[in-house]
Amino acid sequence: MSKGQLPRWVDYGLLPALNLLAAFIISGLVVVIIGEDPFEAVKWLVWGALGYGEGIGYTLYYATNFIFTGLAVAVAFHAGLFNIGGEGQAYVGGLGIALVCLAFDRFIPWWVTFPLAVAGGAIFGAAWAFIPAYLQAKRGSHIVITTIMFNFIASALMVYLLSNVLIPQGTMSPSTRNFEAGGQLPLLRNVFTSFDFGQSPVNLAFFLALAVCVVVWLLIWHTKLGYEIRSFGANPDAASYAGISPVRVTVITMLISGGLAGLMGINVVMGEQTRLLLDFAGGAGFVGIAVALMGRGHPVGIILASMLFGLLYQGGAELAFEIPTISRDMIVVIQALVILFAGALEHMFRPAVVAFFDRFSSDTAEA
Amino acid sequence: MADSNVPAIELIGVSKSFGPVQANKDIDLVVGKGSIHGIIGENGAGKSTLMSILYGFYHADSGTIKVDGKATTIPDSKSAIAQGIGMVHQHFMLVDPFTVLENVILGAEGGALLKEGVANARRELKRLADEYDMKIDPDAVVGELPVGLQQRVEILKALYRGADVLILDEPTGVLTPAEADHLFRILRVLRDQGKTVLLITHKLREIMDVTDTVSVMRRGEMVASRKTAETSMAELAELMVGRSVLLEVDKPEVEVGKPLLKVNGLNVKDERGVLRVKDVSFEVRAGEVLGIAGVSGNGQSELLAALSGITRAESGTMELSGEKLDLSGKHDAAEMRDKGMSHVPEDRHRMGLINKFAEYENSILGYHREPKYSKGLFLNKDAIRKEANERIEKYDIRPPTTEMTAAKFSGGNQQKIVLAREIECDPDVLLIGQPTRGVDIGAIEYIHNRIMDMRAQGKAVLLVSVELDEIRSLSDRIIVMFDGNVVGERGAEATEQDLGLLMAGVNQEAAE
Repeated sequence: MSKGQLPRWVDYGLLPALNLLAAFIISGLVVVIIGEDPFEAVKWLVWGALGYGEGIGYTLYYATNFIFTGLAVAVAFHAGLFNIGGEGQAYVGGLGIALVCLAFDRFIPWWVTFPLAVAGGAIFGAAWAFIPAYLQAKRGSHIVITTIMFNFIASALMVYLLSNVLIPQGTMSPSTRNFEAGGQLPLLRNVFTSFDFGQSPVNLAFFLALAVCVVVWLLIWHTKLGYEIRSFGANPDAASYAGISPVRVTVITMLISGGLAGLMGINVVMGEQTRLLLDFAGGAGFVGIAVALMGRGHPVGIILASMLFGLLYQGGAELAFEIPTISRDMIVVIQALVILFAGALEHMFRPAVVAFFDRFSSDTAEA
Repeated sequence: MADSNVPAIELIGVSKSFGPVQANKDIDLVVGKGSIHGIIGENGAGKSTLMSILYGFYHADSGTIKVDGKATTIPDSKSAIAQGIGMVHQHFMLVDPFTVLENVILGAEGGALLKEGVANARRELKRLADEYDMKIDPDAVVGELPVGLQQRVEILKALYRGADVLILDEPTGVLTPAEADHLFRILRVLRDQGKTVLLITHKLREIMDVTDTVSVMRRGEMVASRKTAETSMAELAELMVGRSVLLEVDKPEVEVGKPLLKVNGLNVKDERGVLRVKDVSFEVRAGEVLGIAGVSGNGQSELLAALSGITRAESGTMELSGEKLDLSGKHDAAEMRDKGMSHVPEDRHRMGLINKFAEYENSILGYHREPKYSKGLFLNKDAIRKEANERIEKYDIRPPTTEMTAAKFSGGNQQKIVLAREIECDPDVLLIGQPTRGVDIGAIEYIHNRIMDMRAQGKAVLLVSVELDEIRSLSDRIIVMFDGNVVGERGAEATEQDLGLLMAGVNQEAAE
């Protein structure tokens, strides 16, 4: 092993664990400052997320959202593109899903609507990513800026559509009508009746998310397109030397990325809400960035990181309920700290760990 | 005045390893005060590691460093500077938009306000420039200076910080022969004024030209120290590789066939819109090596990029195996490969390889679309690995593994990975840029022989190199580029002086 290289288990296991630990220690200090017992807080957090069937159901439900958006960010990242627009792509993808469900739910069973909805979500999400991708590839407009802007545009567009076009006559809330049975994904509590998922909304979209993880893994590491995406991301000069078109890779990668983000609506729109409503993405697109970073762009890592954030979301809600002084805002602070340490400060501990392992490996080499 | 018998630098038993790799083994080195001491060795012999220890980038695992006869430690480069050791890096550490003066005082401004420091620095810079005969305009913007002068700024920077010992790491790699000569004159002046110079190089001629004493490194060990006057190039070369090296390439007679590559009226602009290749035309025939000589930066890189389809030319046509192409049209590198042209790029780190990819992934770069590497939608990794292993064996790539990332192979082995990929696809035309840059002598010989094999098989080879020896020993015909123009064509028998003058643009007016 040469200098500066870490064993895989350190890179993919120990470092994220250290980052997480640091985030929890700081969070614990914050809890101490407001006069609560941090260990008690951790207990409620973990119990709330994993302690009983309904909690587990919610944790998985949230994790499903983050898997989709995390994969979206990760795929773009492999091509060296920072897709900040997962939020908007998920939102617009939800529109595609809702349109499919509204059109077909009265005529065909859910398992026929389902693939159509998947296609609808992916196409709408991809379309929303296409414009920034095209502008980046052809005009050099920075994709970070354009995707952020497209989040705002998506938000405004959806407000307009939901309050003017899609809203059923005579109602006041900006959402579509509820889908009939043909537009509803079965909830796991109705599929696996032997396990008590309580009232949690976890649904078949969870398995879709896992399947998409496998597809992404195959795509990135086992196909020509994946090879081109990774080549372009790792070394754009070498990619053009190899005859890989930067325009083509940029656009295709962003289409895939947007499509993945667009699938998030399957979980929320078709699975939980059975209608399209305002702001259903709820920040999952941004959490996806942290998930992709923490998961090192690998589907397995993304599943684990999504579970962690699902746990924080669900456990955090439970914690706020059990210890009222730790308000909902505090939970957001804790989540933010995890994102900060796992994402932004990802490399903080790396030099120390590298130094440690260098010493360790040179000792063993001499021995 | 210190005792001149005390060596400026003395290393005793210095060792350094990176993991299981021992880069420096028990090195002893004595560098006399007021001398030019050369350190020569193949790439990967441990020269740079040793100098990095001396300059405080790395810490020795064991051993003693003495500066001016006193044992010391050098924890970082700041401490090295404080102890009078300065370094001129291979890649300059200069801020291009700053002036010479601003670069020289950078990091040594002295005080929060610039005014006083700048006035002092200007005086000091003038004194140094006069004393060491290194004239330079302190207000010139560094980015606009030629490379030779930029290097001079680096040297002045080190002297300004009070360096008594100056380490130069492969200083002539970027220089024209004339600039290199000038550098050597400066080094001699520095020595005569009592400075000590450590010159790291892998070029034997430079050692013979300028050094007083020379140490040879091989595989992390210091294998010999000699007085330069008492040794020869042949002896040093043998010490470097541990065996006699065939410096002459065996070039058999080959029957030259029809032109496989014809280039007509090629003009190429760089990304800033500057015309870098000006109306260049040539042809390369089957069984022929056409060498393009020239100091780097005279349009060779742009020429290669345009021919290989990486960039689009302003105008110009190419005939490749009889098929005519407009080079200003829409072509990419994939299309050129399909038409039977392969390309070993000048800079394998920037283009030829993806450093963090495994060896087998690099072995298909540019050829990944070929059916033999796919199985339906997927890459056929078994087939790719199998072929990569065959090439590893055939080209003696070490270590023989398909799984290690390209970054971890040595320069010579990286080049072999690229070469294997570009030769084994059986092209009609091979473009090859700087085939042996940063490659050790053993691999150089191997690479040269592969190029000769291509020639013997009746391929057309276009060779671009800044190494005149390489051009002269491999080429059948030589064209020289200067400032984007082809300024002359010569046969293989052309003398170095003749080519050197062309490369320096001296004959340009006469030729026109």
